[in-house]
Amino acid sequence: MLYFAALREQLGTAGEEIELPAGVSTVAALRSHLRGRGGAWQLALADGKLVRMAVNQDMAPPAAVLKAGDEVAFFPPVTGG
Amino acid sequence: MKIAVQAQDFDAGAEMRALSRDPKVGAVASFVGVVREVGMTLEHYPGMTEKALRKIAEEAKSRWQVLDCTVIHRVGPLEPTDQIVLVAVSSAHRGDAFSACEFIMDYLKTQAPFWKKEAAGWVEARASDDKAAERWR
Repeated sequence: MLYFAALREQLGTAGEEIELPAGVSTVAALRSHLRGRGGAWQLALADGKLVRMAVNQDMAPPAAVLKAGDEVAFFPPVTGG
Repeated sequence: MKIAVQAQDFDAGAEMRALSRDPKVGAVASFVGVVREVGMTLEHYPGMTEKALRKIAEEAKSRWQVLDCTVIHRVGPLEPTDQIVLVAVSSAHRGDAFSACEFIMDYLKTQAPFWKKEAAGWVEARASDDKAAERWR
């Protein structure tokens, strides 16, 4: 798991390794699982917040399916250029 | 195709001359983004950034008659008037070069994982950038 920019600051971490919990098979489910940690997690990953997700360094829709060993990243909408 | 994500500045003229060395090239179109008014720090997602830029450039090559292209994006601390990004596209004719250059820039703005932070905080994404990218669908 990797977190970038404002999200990294809000969560207080740039990344971590987690075991995919039982029943969590999509990016959207993982987001809601992390939200369950409460506190900053609940706020930063709330439903109304615009959060972009990537799986193995490709932008991924919420329904993207996860497997063991995937690199998953959460970050705010991008602002380069 | 040249894709680079780097802290150091670039020479847009030299990059464009490099693209025009192919005798098949009749046009080189380019865009340079510059830091306006306030300094900033650019964060990115190492690995994905290069992958995303390459994908966008490949997509442009599949849509237009593009001979070659160069995308350079800087990261780290930048001051007003500093160059941020260069997109340069070579083609036989100007139409393809102009369109591909604008397409790459519009997609970069919404698909490449860069984030700007100013003294006042993180820069918010703009809906107008999403609109600009959507018109190419």
